[in-house]
Amino acid sequence: MQYLINYTLYLADTTLILSQRNSEWCGHGPILEQDIALTNIALDLLGQSRSLYQYAAELIGNNATEDSLAYLRNEREFKNLLLVELPNTDWAQTIVKQFYFSIYQLYLFQQLQQHSNTHIAAIAEKAIKEIMYHARWSSEWVIRLGDGTTESHGRMLNAIDELKNYTNEMFIPTAYEVEMNIDLKLIQQQWNEKVNNIFEEATLLFPNKTFSQTGGKTGTHTEHLGYILAEMQYLQRSYPNAQW
Amino acid sequence: MVETENILIKKTWEILAGVSDPEIPVLTILDLGIVRDVVITNQQIEIIITPTYMGCPAMDMISMNIKAAMLEHGYKNISIKNILSPAWTTDWMSEEGKKKLKSYGIAPPNPKQIVCTPNAFQEEEVVQCPKCNSYNTQLISRFGSTACKALYKCYHCHEPFEYFKCH
Repeated sequence: MQYLINYTLYLADTTLILSQRNSEWCGHGPILEQDIALTNIALDLLGQSRSLYQYAAELIGNNATEDSLAYLRNEREFKNLLLVELPNTDWAQTIVKQFYFSIYQLYLFQQLQQHSNTHIAAIAEKAIKEIMYHARWSSEWVIRLGDGTTESHGRMLNAIDELKNYTNEMFIPTAYEVEMNIDLKLIQQQWNEKVNNIFEEATLLFPNKTFSQTGGKTGTHTEHLGYILAEMQYLQRSYPNAQW
Repeated sequence: MVETENILIKKTWEILAGVSDPEIPVLTILDLGIVRDVVITNQQIEIIITPTYMGCPAMDMISMNIKAAMLEHGYKNISIKNILSPAWTTDWMSEEGKKKLKSYGIAPPNPKQIVCTPNAFQEEEVVQCPKCNSYNTQLISRFGSTACKALYKCYHCHEPFEYFKCH
């Protein structure tokens, strides 16, 4: 059962932290419609993480709730991908991050929809409709920026370089993923193909050989996660059990 | 007197027909198609609902409003269960609901799922302006003021409007 709890928390933490990162753009988007788009995506991801935390809390028992899992766990207990905790930096980097994750989530959730665990399958079935929007929106922005101006193209090159060490973590299975019986090799193939196709259209190139920075899935994070948690958890830590 | 289950179920559905969506108040929760079932076990009424979008902040309020409406009619033994599968689709919206949406100024969802794929730069859906009925409209943003809506503008009457996107 522990592997199922860990796996559910891995998905919940990853969607929560990306949601938290994206919501930093609220009120700062380059134009109003895209500000709204990114905050909508943040809301979808938050909704997904809520369903996952609720299920994890059920599995854990012991009075755990979605809120205690989000607000009262420490950095080392978070299992999110390193990719999603990295700073937004600029619009290009925000887009590439969302694009990498959405394409991964799309193929991953296609498999999870068929999973023998009916809870996880139901969450995946529901989320996948939302992920379609995210994959499409972020693909379009990759093309628009990559095949755009000298400035936007340059920023995309920079973003791809900054993020290049953080994509393989998605495909290197931890023990709990192995037990969940997910074909990460297949997802990696599908992901590579899709990313390469979109990059080609965007006149960009995916870096060939990269170093794989890992650790997020098992709780070893970059220094950036602590700052996110400090901000996100501040209220519950300072005023325990405060109610909205 | 103990009500028979069938009567109780019928009354529950009647009460639910009076509960509106907090974000689009012209629609009832039945118009939206988010009430999936009413089940009675030992006089305990279980109402099964499903969210439109997973992050829809209206869901908690909808649960509260259902409980309040049931209490108002004297029913205390109520529980509300949220389910995710099968996933909600705009196909479940009633024809009556679509008419109400349109007269409220929101373009109702197209009947066919046309663009729900991840491919970039597809042809956009043709959406009819709810104000002047022109089809000479264009998408401004696929995301809008709530998770379920997109932003459009009409080139005929020059009004911006919201479209309840197919999902």
